[in-house]
Amino acid sequence: MQSVGIVGYGVCVPKYRIKVQEIARVWGEEGDRISASLGIIEKSVPDIDEDAATLAVEAARNAIAFAKIKPDAIGAIYVGSESHPYAVKPTATIVAEAIGATPNLTAADLEFACKAGTAGIQICMGLVGANMVRYGLAIGADTSQGRPGDALEYTASAGAAAFVIGREKEEIVAEIEATCSFTTDTPDFWRRQHAEYPSHGGRFTGAPAYFRHIIGATQALFEKTGTRAADYDYFVFHQPNGKFPIEAAKKMGIDPQKVKPGLFTPIIGNTYSGASPIGLCGVLDIAKPGQRILLTSFGSGAGSDAFAIRVTDAIEKKRGEYCGRRLSDYLNDKEYIDYAIYVKHRRKLKM
Amino acid sequence: MLSTGASSRCDAMRRVAIVGVGMSKFGEEWTRGFRDMIIEAGVRAVEDANLHGEEIDAMYIGTMAPGSLVGQEHVGALVADFLGLTPIPSIRVEAACASGGVALRTGYLAVASGMHDCVVVGGVEKMTDTPGNEVASALGGAGDQEWELFFGATFPAIYALMARRHMHQYGTTEEQMAAVAVKNHANAAKNKYAHFQNEITIETVMKSKYIASPLKLFDCSPITDGAAAVILMPLEKAKHYCEQPIEIVASAQASDMLALHSRESMVELKATKIAAKKAYEQAKLQPKDIDVVEVHDCFTIAEIMAIEDLGFFPKGQGGKASEEGRTALNAEISVNSSGGLKGCGHPVGATGVKQAVEIVWQLRGKAEGRQVKDCEIGMTHNVGGSGATAVVHIMKKV
Amino acid sequence: MPSENLAITWRRIPERYRLVGTFCRNCQTSYFPARKLCPKCRRKGKIEQKQFSGRGKIYSFTEVTAGPSGFEKQTPYILAIVELEEGPKLTAQIVGARKVKIGDAVEAVFRKIIEDSEEGLIHYGYKFRLV
Repeated sequence: MQSVGIVGYGVCVPKYRIKVQEIARVWGEEGDRISASLGIIEKSVPDIDEDAATLAVEAARNAIAFAKIKPDAIGAIYVGSESHPYAVKPTATIVAEAIGATPNLTAADLEFACKAGTAGIQICMGLVGANMVRYGLAIGADTSQGRPGDALEYTASAGAAAFVIGREKEEIVAEIEATCSFTTDTPDFWRRQHAEYPSHGGRFTGAPAYFRHIIGATQALFEKTGTRAADYDYFVFHQPNGKFPIEAAKKMGIDPQKVKPGLFTPIIGNTYSGASPIGLCGVLDIAKPGQRILLTSFGSGAGSDAFAIRVTDAIEKKRGEYCGRRLSDYLNDKEYIDYAIYVKHRRKLKM
Repeated sequence: MLSTGASSRCDAMRRVAIVGVGMSKFGEEWTRGFRDMIIEAGVRAVEDANLHGEEIDAMYIGTMAPGSLVGQEHVGALVADFLGLTPIPSIRVEAACASGGVALRTGYLAVASGMHDCVVVGGVEKMTDTPGNEVASALGGAGDQEWELFFGATFPAIYALMARRHMHQYGTTEEQMAAVAVKNHANAAKNKYAHFQNEITIETVMKSKYIASPLKLFDCSPITDGAAAVILMPLEKAKHYCEQPIEIVASAQASDMLALHSRESMVELKATKIAAKKAYEQAKLQPKDIDVVEVHDCFTIAEIMAIEDLGFFPKGQGGKASEEGRTALNAEISVNSSGGLKGCGHPVGATGVKQAVEIVWQLRGKAEGRQVKDCEIGMTHNVGGSGATAVVHIMKKV
Repeated sequence: MPSENLAITWRRIPERYRLVGTFCRNCQTSYFPARKLCPKCRRKGKIEQKQFSGRGKIYSFTEVTAGPSGFEKQTPYILAIVELEEGPKLTAQIVGARKVKIGDAVEAVFRKIIEDSEEGLIHYGYKFRLV
């Protein structure tokens, strides 16, 4: 297959934040203890008028501005999310119209818990690599919800990342050298149709779910590419909390220092389909040409997609020319809200 | 370029006079419905003109949103039916909040043209039968539904956007706007037909809740029920029926962009300026000749802009003039002796006709405790939406 | 409510989602929202599509504290007239800020405007934020 890669990338993180301390206060828990055990200080909260579609649009616009391509050259759009605004009616068509890519393209929504965004990257790689489309746009976007009082409430947050996937060598800023997946039927986390909040298996979400799949996919990628941990400069793992990615690294003998540059959950929470993709964008903002990145997502249910990525020389020029909002802008532009406002923002109020 | 029709008007047309006026009590009229109020106003006007009814040969009813507010369309026929005036032609006229003023102008044209000899012009709105939020969205239809209201604009918000610019460009203050409300409440307290019968202070206005900053609750006209009616005849004929016919010496109307954001200026209503200019030309009068004026003060800032746009004060000086009391009863120019929309109330479609009723009372010297002294010439100014329609009439003692 | 009319929203997607307006080549005037007839040139007008950048500045603003039906959860909000850099002005909400002033630079963002009901259509469109 011919080489494919990332031509442009962009993120969107809502500006509102709530501290773990504040959520713990409401439930009579010790904020410090929870913060330490989850490795999370605060999480992002969408505005009342934001949803997965609006976050996806903003991330997509940033990615297209970075890529400097015409939107109508995009032949496929996939939006991965577990919080699509509609149960039936695609988010991807909203994105397609909002960026001006309609009507000559294919589009669909994906759902695979927190890995629906990387599933979109793989599909775009296939379409682009097979010359079926010139560019594919893969987006992971979520405004995830945790049941009030549930452990998930401390982490479930909102954010999106978008990637323009292309094949023109001079346009690619990060070549995706290989990808592979590790997929089983593992009921660690789910949300039934019409249910407001997800259910999960507590500690069952750890070893048999997150760790087994992350490690399974990562090691499969090592084998497939004949590489080892030392060959990579950065590792980005799905980050449901601040602890798991570090633990996964330790289990695989990876230096945790290579994980930390792509670890944003401690300050924005778990953005679900946006989580490891946002981590990748954060690393792409600082990586040097020639550096290698290993990305492994995880989606409950369960599966992991692993990617071996090599940063190209083109990245510096494009990063320099990009004048849209970067991840660091979104991280710095923040405003704290209390639990009462959070409840209003997250539509937990019956009116 | 099409002729604006201003100068060539008079020669071919008949002079028109108002021979009778009447209105219902404005307010929250729980015991009376749409048809009750317009019948009350109509009967009073017919009585005032000392007519029997057979003389009437056409009717024009200004009303903005009876379909949304009380589920009733086809109100031309409805009113003819319940006033016992079938089978005369009866026409509903709609121009948002200027429906009444435009109905008056339509009736005026019908008589002036020679087509009709005795015309009833009514204005009516029944607003309190409808929940507040539905009233707001019905009134919203006066703006641009797709490009203003859809995005969260309300009518107070649209006028607030104008007020903010007026403050920015001319230094107009919230206290100056409050002075308009205080003056109009004071006038309303002297008008038994007015919605509000109480005086207020600057503090009342300043301490009221913001609706759309900088506009507060007491900067806004209320939701009111009411109706008003006038009877028009050719001046020559009027003299036989009526001791004190009041001649309509000018009738002018102009339109502007529907949405505020499309207009060249947001500190004036261009439609008002153009309609006023034409009216002054028709009547061969100037602003200084006007003794009493009813202006469209749906919000206090609207009165400030109106007294500038009608030429009574230089642009930007309306706030200061209001604060200095120059628009009070029997001051430099008596503005809104009825209490205006703010004090007398604003049953949308009735407002433009009520303004004419008030001016007729003033010119006849029958305005009781609020009579403007030596009153010879009066003006009405009625606005639709945020200024996309403006209609101006000048009236004179015969 | 007119907003529940699907076709009204659907027809306006290019303008509301991505600020596509029009331009009259005859008098060189930009129009947003789009006008299909140039009000200055009328029959002589030559109207074509124009993409607006979404950059502009606040021309006037108000904080709406009594919001209309459907905006209850967003109230209070700042509503502004935004002067686009290409010239035309439009009415839109300002998000992410409580205090703004005339002249503040803004850029367009894509947001939910209103939802018909729990089960109804979600209407998206432009709002603006400070830059």
